[in-house]
Amino acid sequence: MTPATRTALDVVLRLGITLALTAGFLVVLLVITGYDPGQSLRALVNGAFGSWYAITSATFVRAVPLALTGLAVALAFRAGLLNIGAEGQLLAGAAASTAAAAVLGSSLGAAALPIILLIGMLAGSAWAGIAALLRQRFGVLEVISTIMLNFVALYAVGWLVRGPLQEPSQIYPQSVALDKALQLPVLLAGSRLHVGSLIAVLLAAAAWWWLRNTASGFRLRAVGLNSSAAATSGRINVARVSVSAFLMSGALAGLAGSVEYTGVTYALYENLSPGYGYTAIAVALLARLNPLGVLGTAILFGALQAGGSAMQRDAGVPIALVNVVEAVIILLVIAGDRVRLSLARTAHTVTPESVPPST
Amino acid sequence: MNMLLDGFIAPLDDFLAASVRTATPLALAALGECVTERSGVINIGLEGSIICGALAATIAAGSVGVSVGFAAGLTAGLLVTVLFALFTVYLRADQIITGTAITLLSLGLTGLLYKSVYGSTGVGLTTPTTSAVEVPLLSSIPLVGRALFAQPLVTYALYLLVPAMAWWFFRTHGGLALRAVGESPDAAMAAGVQPRRVQALAVLFGGAMAGLAGATLVLAQSGTFVENMSAGKGFIAIAIVVLGRWTPFGVAGAALLFGAASALQYLFQSLGWNAVPYQLFLVLPYVLTLIVLARASGRTAAPAALARRELTLG
Amino acid sequence: MTNTNPTASALALRRVHKSFGSVRALHDVTLQVRAGTVHALLGENGAGKTTLMRIAFGLIAQDQGDVLVHGDTMRNHSALNAIANGVGMVHQHFSLVPAMTVAENIALGEYGRFDAKRVSARIRDIGERTGLVIDPQARVSDLSVSAQQRCEIVKALARDARVLILDEPTAVLAPDEASALLQWLRGFVAENSNHAVVLITHKLRDALDFADDITVLRRGESVSTGAADTFTESTLADAMLGPGDRAHAVESEVVPTITRHTDSVGAHHVVLQADALTVHDTRGVQRVKKASFTVRAGEIVGLAAVEGSGQAELLRAVSGLLPPSSGRLHAPADVGFVPEDRHRDALLLDASLTENFALRDAGTRRGRVPWTALAARAADVLRQRDVRAQSVQVMARTLSGGNQQKFILARALDEAPAALVVENPTRGLDFRAAAAVHDALRDARDAGIAILFFSSDLDEVLTLGDRVLVMHDGVLREVPREREVVGRAMLAAS
Repeated sequence: MTPATRTALDVVLRLGITLALTAGFLVVLLVITGYDPGQSLRALVNGAFGSWYAITSATFVRAVPLALTGLAVALAFRAGLLNIGAEGQLLAGAAASTAAAAVLGSSLGAAALPIILLIGMLAGSAWAGIAALLRQRFGVLEVISTIMLNFVALYAVGWLVRGPLQEPSQIYPQSVALDKALQLPVLLAGSRLHVGSLIAVLLAAAAWWWLRNTASGFRLRAVGLNSSAAATSGRINVARVSVSAFLMSGALAGLAGSVEYTGVTYALYENLSPGYGYTAIAVALLARLNPLGVLGTAILFGALQAGGSAMQRDAGVPIALVNVVEAVIILLVIAGDRVRLSLARTAHTVTPESVPPST
Repeated sequence: MNMLLDGFIAPLDDFLAASVRTATPLALAALGECVTERSGVINIGLEGSIICGALAATIAAGSVGVSVGFAAGLTAGLLVTVLFALFTVYLRADQIITGTAITLLSLGLTGLLYKSVYGSTGVGLTTPTTSAVEVPLLSSIPLVGRALFAQPLVTYALYLLVPAMAWWFFRTHGGLALRAVGESPDAAMAAGVQPRRVQALAVLFGGAMAGLAGATLVLAQSGTFVENMSAGKGFIAIAIVVLGRWTPFGVAGAALLFGAASALQYLFQSLGWNAVPYQLFLVLPYVLTLIVLARASGRTAAPAALARRELTLG
Repeated sequence: MTNTNPTASALALRRVHKSFGSVRALHDVTLQVRAGTVHALLGENGAGKTTLMRIAFGLIAQDQGDVLVHGDTMRNHSALNAIANGVGMVHQHFSLVPAMTVAENIALGEYGRFDAKRVSARIRDIGERTGLVIDPQARVSDLSVSAQQRCEIVKALARDARVLILDEPTAVLAPDEASALLQWLRGFVAENSNHAVVLITHKLRDALDFADDITVLRRGESVSTGAADTFTESTLADAMLGPGDRAHAVESEVVPTITRHTDSVGAHHVVLQADALTVHDTRGVQRVKKASFTVRAGEIVGLAAVEGSGQAELLRAVSGLLPPSSGRLHAPADVGFVPEDRHRDALLLDASLTENFALRDAGTRRGRVPWTALAARAADVLRQRDVRAQSVQVMARTLSGGNQQKFILARALDEAPAALVVENPTRGLDFRAAAAVHDALRDARDAGIAILFFSSDLDEVLTLGDRVLVMHDGVLREVPREREVVGRAMLAAS
């Protein structure tokens, strides 16, 4: 067996165990809370994978923002940056795209769409840039600053949809509906699957290739693995690499917001994201920060959310259950990792005093 | 003239009282988190303890009584952090990731349990609440009297807790051990302190306090449980700890500031100043935290081993 | 305090076994420290000295065997228990909390109310009684290395330690500071017949001159033990290294008095030259004050200094990692740098050797990384430089310390840089690995590379360096290669 097949087998095996344990937990939880597990699970699976429409229009459509924010988190974590701010960056992207669409109107026709997306990316980048600047110039922990900025973004959107970006009738706290010409085209006729899914797949592949094969991708990984060694032995400009990784991460999350706005919601409102930026952390981790893996885990979590909605509709099970399942998956993955690590440690512990002579 | 003044005094009075009332649960959670962070652990799952504390308090207060409600909230918050402590202190899993998962778990579980206990609508659910206890004489001090001394008992508990914690931090060997573990677990261990035990206890204390904060939200304020009612208060508590520079008095002051900021919108509304969007007041504390962090060069006051995964000697 | 029989043991370890996973760290080790004596525990890096003493101090648990303090067997031993029984340990890498004051550090680990005034009074009292004077209100991060060590000892004494364990206490001190400390330890055991000292060291001379008894560990076993006067340098070296390595040992211990490459000095061109070089560290503190020196092609210049004298900043400035604030530095574009902290500054522990090899040019590389070519090149280097690794695909973490260091050196020397700067080249390595590193450095010198290195081990500076520079408090000067002179210059007592 080659190491590659062994690794692949290992990943599949672990995913299988995790999912089996999660399903078991889910059944127990449903029984305890008094729902019919058979009916509920059927609704869950049908809602996510029951039909071609469910797969494309429910699961995949929800997977798109998860994949983009998941990529954002994965890139940041790979660079050693704990960017918890994908949610805020997503909102910044969505808000900026909304503003751009309002300004551009239908004057440019469909040509405005790339501009709108680009502006969303830049806004996400800028929002992440605040945290990057605070970290680089003032040593502010990015964990804390990005959480703060998420709230700032949320309240800013709350203000925008009641103020400058509110729809003309000024009744609803949301922006005016996006012009048909500026909406992301549908990819498959008869479904809601939009071109954003293609963008997510292409970006995931590009990120994977870039990290693996290019000098700048290697610099990002080196800084994430050991920034001190990267600076001392690699003579890498750690500050520059960190800041650009942060900006890239923000751009991806911002794009998620723009794509959600132009492809799904067609309007800006406060609850545009049901916490995609937070779920993204789970998406990225479960994929072991591998950009291609992110596509898979985004579909898994997209399916969970799609199935959760169906479960609420058809079996009366609260959608909150989805949060529980996501959390259990994360905890199982961490526990599995830590247990494996401690097993590996006891097998070959290396302490300075116990290093065998290098004969 | 007097009429005009009265027009300002009454809203101002209300504003100050609302500030203290809103600050109380924030201060409870933040003081707990302050202890947790001093031990080198950052508990992003604080939100989870708050929401679980809120639901437990609702159920217990509804079926038994208010004081049992507080106890139930505290216990629920504690139980949630048992899981967090297990993962972060004993398995040495990443604190941020574990905390995120615990928050998700708690929001989900409370949503689920709430609906299965109270039915899918939950409309009309109210719990008994504690009433404000007026301290004679003190509560009649102009302006601040009612704000400070016509509050529920849990607020008065804070008046004792803050100085007690400050004393404990800097004047006892327990406080010394806590700070040492957060700064340098190796050194603490060599001095005979057991870093893991200290961290576990600090995490549990933080969870219990957050649970109490959740109970306060229900039993001293809203009188009802609403899904996701913690509304980011766990994260706000973390911001308060940072703004308070990891000291009990600083944390209490920062909590009051956050409380005042959210009370300010009501003041402006009651004064009829609607030109200023209320989101500005809600956003103010976060922006302020970021500015304070930047000006004080963030890491210097933070415990050196904060969020570090490995205890190298362990 | 009761006066026990002077021949009674203050600290004893009986038949102790300890393994870390599959690695055997200690095998059936017995150690008897008599009350009223200094007992030297001698051995190479990796022989198990520190592990043994950490067991004695309760920081790690033995697999088998007993720990006895003043005759009592320790059950459920812990650091707290050790302290309660009058054992104090001064660790090699100090166990002080840098952000806290001396008084807070000394009180750490006790119970109840912390009275800063009372603790300070106690510290002053100990200072008067023992001569170990230290400011109780000073922050530990502001103290010099020797003051930090003093703080560690006072910490142990403040808890009435009767048995002091010191792990390589002289490694960070200048020779005069070191002998003052060792003298103090003799006074400590003479003062009370209940007192005892365990001195962990790898220096034969310290053990012979200052200890009453010596125990030698080799590869986790106690190979020789007895009164100090029954040993000589040569019998100790035999015991430490085993019979086979004797010849090398003499070379590493005895300082040759003849400068080897005198003829080459002057014959080669100047590669590194600094004139009045001033360097500030990242916090803005001036660490190097107008340093001037030259290093020529084909010579090794050794730099001796007490830790924290500015040597780290000087080496980094010469390597191009820290910009000098004034003065002139003439250096080639490619200066190889080997930092002292391998894990922190040199390796991506969880990346493959190929990736670690690629790290060297990571800062300047553009476009795609030629991974296949790099893997082949890394494999070549492993072979040529005798780095023992299964393949270039294994994680750097899996290599032994010696092989990691050989790999790092090989990486720096690949494509023959004009100059090489090395910081503590053999820290933490056992004798064989250290010898291999020394050979590699000499080979590089003979190939015409200009080498500047710092070592906190004075003997290493004297053995390996063709010329010697000494740094004290940021001031650099060149001194004759004589132990006495270098030692004094390290303390600026010229």
